[in-house]
Amino acid sequence: MSAVTTENTAPTGSAPTETVQHGNKAHSDGGWDATQKGFIPVQTRSGRFKSTDPTEFPSVTGIEAEWKLSPVKLFRPLIDDALDGSTYEFSATDAAGATVEWVDRTDSRIGSTGTPEEKASANAWSTFDRALAITVTSDEHVDLTVARSALGSAARAGHTLVIAKPNSRATVVLQNSGSALLSENVEIIVEEGAQLTLVSVQEWDADAVHLASHFATVGRDARLKHIIVSLGGKVVRVNPSTHLISSGAEAELFGLYFADAGQHLEQRVYVEHVAEHTRSRVNYKGALNGDGAHTVWVGDVLIGPKAAGTDTYEQNRNLVLSEGTRADSIPNLEIETGDILGAGHASATGRFDDEQLFYLQARGITEREARRLVVLGFLSEIVQKVDAGALRDRLKIAIEAELAGVAA
Amino acid sequence: MATLEIRDLKVSVETDQGTKHILKGVDLSIEQGSIHAIMGPNGSGKSTLAYTIAGHPKYHVEGGSILLDGQDVLAMTVDARARAGLFLAMQYPVEIPGVTVTNFLRTAKTAIDGTAPAIRGWGKEVRESMEALRMDSTFAERNVNEGFSGGEKKRHEILQLELLKPKFAILDETDSGLDVDALKVVSEGVNRAHANSGLGVLLITHYTRILRYIHPDFVHVFVDGRIAEEGGPELADRLEDEGYDRYTGQAELNGTSVG
Ligand SMILES: Nc1ncnc2c1ncn2[C@@H]1O[C@H](COP(=O)(O)OP(=O)(O)OP(=O)(O)O)[C@@H](O)[C@H]1O
Ligand SMILES: [Mg+2]
Repeated sequence: MSAVTTENTAPTGSAPTETVQHGNKAHSDGGWDATQKGFIPVQTRSGRFKSTDPTEFPSVTGIEAEWKLSPVKLFRPLIDDALDGSTYEFSATDAAGATVEWVDRTDSRIGSTGTPEEKASANAWSTFDRALAITVTSDEHVDLTVARSALGSAARAGHTLVIAKPNSRATVVLQNSGSALLSENVEIIVEEGAQLTLVSVQEWDADAVHLASHFATVGRDARLKHIIVSLGGKVVRVNPSTHLISSGAEAELFGLYFADAGQHLEQRVYVEHVAEHTRSRVNYKGALNGDGAHTVWVGDVLIGPKAAGTDTYEQNRNLVLSEGTRADSIPNLEIETGDILGAGHASATGRFDDEQLFYLQARGITEREARRLVVLGFLSEIVQKVDAGALRDRLKIAIEAELAGVAA
Repeated sequence: MATLEIRDLKVSVETDQGTKHILKGVDLSIEQGSIHAIMGPNGSGKSTLAYTIAGHPKYHVEGGSILLDGQDVLAMTVDARARAGLFLAMQYPVEIPGVTVTNFLRTAKTAIDGTAPAIRGWGKEVRESMEALRMDSTFAERNVNEGFSGGEKKRHEILQLELLKPKFAILDETDSGLDVDALKVVSEGVNRAHANSGLGVLLITHYTRILRYIHPDFVHVFVDGRIAEEGGPELADRLEDEGYDRYTGQAELNGTSVG
């Protein structure tokens, strides 16, 4: 049986749009360059150029499909300059059954999950000194938080390994704050039967710039729950690629972002169904408020020729809270086998639903409080996915703080 | 005793085809504690009247006034009207994703009263009202109206009516789509609120069925944006037998052609 569904509706009953901007040119595509005479076949996502050597990538102009939605001039040094690849200060909570240590860049696990597909990622890969390795071995659930807050504003590179050993269970939170000008790669290895929740929280200072590529492999009957929360920073671009490499592998990829005035928050999600009977769910939700708030979500799902029995659904929803914002939302599904269980995607960007606000106000709730409830409700679907209770509560508070800036 | 007084109310909406005049001079006075039923053909403007009283931004008041105890309702925001004691049970209640019924009810109660309700007493009150309306306790943790059946949405509206204790409630076709048992349960809820807090009720309906449970003091016939006739409960029975022909252009047309 094979089913492909496409839905493209506004979340709250307003007019359906894939991309909503206010004062900007509409912009939306399928992720490939169709300008060249129509002869170029659609390049399959797995066929992209990859290298760990930045010099093998052409110089970045900013008009490439990869970069054209990003404010490249704000992170030129991360693409073109030499980066500081030294180790940095971090803190980790105590957890039996998990270790956090610096390992040499010759460590055999490095490079096992993927290879950079863009120049800033390759620049970081070629210059990091040692990698921070987080290893989970316990088959009883482990909660671990690794925090960094003192990266400084000089351009630097980072490399992180997160390894969930066979049948281990863990929630690992990567907590980011302070200032940063960082390009990094995060490799996530979920071995057979392991269940890993990885939460990457970006609560950087307002001037921080952060480019990250996450590469994950999920093994037989293993499960990865991957959650990106981006709230603070000038530019935050986190691109998670997940490869479901063995039968029974499952990935749930969630994202939550709240862009304020002048903030650019981007996420390019890629899920590759390599093996048969694999399942993926992608759900990203964002709010935009203030002049120049810009968000980008690209969701590429590739169902490979051997991935019979794939079950996948991806969606992105954005709530626009003011004028002057721009939300790009581009789902893209490639199917190379006919024998799938289901595949679909949905993308919607809309403003406040006046009927929702009216309903709440008609119960005595002020307009400001009504807006707060609606936004919190909208984002809470993702907050509820965070299974670390303390973090979940903290995120609610952080979102409330974001909302303090929303005009009534 | 509070009074809700509607005088010569004229209301329009903007449509793609231009301004559409819907209410063409409505006069209606409701004393607290009294029950008024409004019946009228589809499209005659009943919901428009209800939404205008509640303050829906889509409806533009061209003229007339609405006074609650002498206070100018039309000058109030939507939320201020609710806090002043007006309640609209909607014909089509809206889903609010991610906001639980519990959170919503507590937030609304706090807004109406100006202070948060005492935790224990409030929890008990909510549970008892839900039981009385035969709403399963699991509704408390569900998102407002999300995935509720038509009848469940209506019960949820009446639950709010009971808990928020307004002075006046406008019930816009609360009886539509209810099965016999639900109709009874919902009617009892309205009657409880009426008995307990001296609620004034404006009941918009198409069916006399509900009037067997909620006994109106007055019945108004609403036609083409106005009240065409007023009477006691017996008027409802006559409408059920005869329909609205005598009030609409159709009746005159028939009359002349037969003559
Ligand atoms: N936003 C709108 N745009 C266009 N027309 C509208 C709008 N709102 C109301 N109307 C029109 O105004 C008239 C009155 O509508 P209203 O909903 O008040 O009728 P009603 O008496 O409640 O009908 P029903 O018994 O079917 O519920 C109808 O003709 C309706 O189509
Ligand atoms: Mg109506």
